[in-house]
Amino acid sequence: MTDNWPLYEVFVRGKRGLNHVHVGSIHAADDEMALRNARDVYTRRNEGVSIWVVKSSEITASSPDEKDPFFAPSGDKVYRHPTFYDVPEHVPHM
Amino acid sequence: MTDHDSVDHGAYTSLVEADDDARWAFGTSFDDPLAGVDTTVPSGVDATALATYCLMLADDALVLAQRLGEWTTHAPEIEEEVALANIGLDLLGQARLVLARAAAADPGVVPALPERSPVPVDDRLAFFRDAAAFRNVHLVEQPNGDFAATMARLLVFSSWRLALLDDLRGSADPVLAAVAEKGVKEVRYHREHAARWCVTLAQGTDISRERMIAGLRAVWPDVPELEGTDPSSAFDQAMDDVDQVLQAAGIERPDVPASGGRGRDGVHTEAFASLLAELQGLAREHPMGRW
Repeated sequence: MTDNWPLYEVFVRGKRGLNHVHVGSIHAADDEMALRNARDVYTRRNEGVSIWVVKSSEITASSPDEKDPFFAPSGDKVYRHPTFYDVPEHVPHM
Repeated sequence: MTDHDSVDHGAYTSLVEADDDARWAFGTSFDDPLAGVDTTVPSGVDATALATYCLMLADDALVLAQRLGEWTTHAPEIEEEVALANIGLDLLGQARLVLARAAAADPGVVPALPERSPVPVDDRLAFFRDAAAFRNVHLVEQPNGDFAATMARLLVFSSWRLALLDDLRGSADPVLAAVAEKGVKEVRYHREHAARWCVTLAQGTDISRERMIAGLRAVWPDVPELEGTDPSSAFDQAMDDVDQVLQAAGIERPDVPASGGRGRDGVHTEAFASLLAELQGLAREHPMGRW
C-alpha cells in the first residue's frame, strides 16, 4: 500500500524559530493527510507551531556532480561575509 | 546574541524551547495541566459521587487507550500507527489525571496494596482493580475489529467525549474543569482524525465503503449506553455531530438494536477480561514494583 502513497518532505517551525526546518519525510495519500501525519510523527514532543509539507517529487535539487560549478566560485569571496567588515561599536542590531 | 560559544547550529536548534533542561535535543517545556489549580475538593461537591464520576470518565479513556495501543505494529501504515498511538496516549494522560482525582475525592476506591508499596494511586486504580470495579462503557472495551470499525468507534466516542468535556469545563470541581480544558483540544483532534477517515473510507473504493458501513454497524449496538452518562445533552450533541460526518460520508445511521450494555455498573464483556489481563498482568506480579 505504501507504494501507492507519495512521499512528502516535512518542515517544522519551532516556537522560537524564525524559519521552517526540514525534519524528515512521511507518506500520505494526499496533502491534507500529509499535514496530519507530519503533525503526528514530528511534533509529538511539543516542538512546533507551524508545519509545511511538500511532495518530494516537487523538489528540484542540485546535483552532486555540479558541486564545483555551483559552489566553488563562492569559496574565495570573503568580502561577502558580514564578518569581513569592521562594524563600529555604536552601530546597533547587527 | 553575542555569546557565540553557547549557540548550537544543529538543524533542530530553532525547535528547542528556551529552558534549563539541556539534556533533550528538542521539544521540552511541557505544560502541567493542573498548574495553579486548587486541588482540594470544594465543599459543595459530593466526594463519593465525584469519585464515581471520575472513574467512569477515566476508565473510558484508559480502556480505549489500551485498544488503540493494540494497533501498534498492526496499523495499515506506519504514520497511522503513530497517529493512533498518539490518540491513545492523549487518552491515557486524561485517564491518569482523572484516576488520581477519583482517589483524592474518595480514597476508598483505591485497591489496597502491601504496606510501603511505591505504586502511585493512579496506577493502583488502573492495574489492581478487578473488572467489576471498572466503570467504562462497552463501546470502548470491544475488540478493535478492522480499521474501519476502529475509526467508527473513535468517531462516536470522541464526538461524545468532546461534548462531555466541553460541558465539564464549567464543572464545580476545579480539577475536572482543568482536565476538561486540556482534553477538549486533544479530543477535537481525535474526532477530526476519525471523521476524515470515515469519510475517506466511505467515499473511497467499493471495498472500503463496505467495510466502513460494516464497521459502523459493528460498533453501533454499544452507542446507546453513552446516553446514560450525565449530562445526557452530551449524547444528543454527539449524535448531531456524528450525523454530520455520516452525511458527508453518504452513509446512514445503522438500524440495529441496542446491546443494553451496563459497563457503568461494572458489568463487562468477555473480551474485557483478556484486555485487563494484558493491561494488568505485569503490574500485578510486582505490587512492590517501582516503574
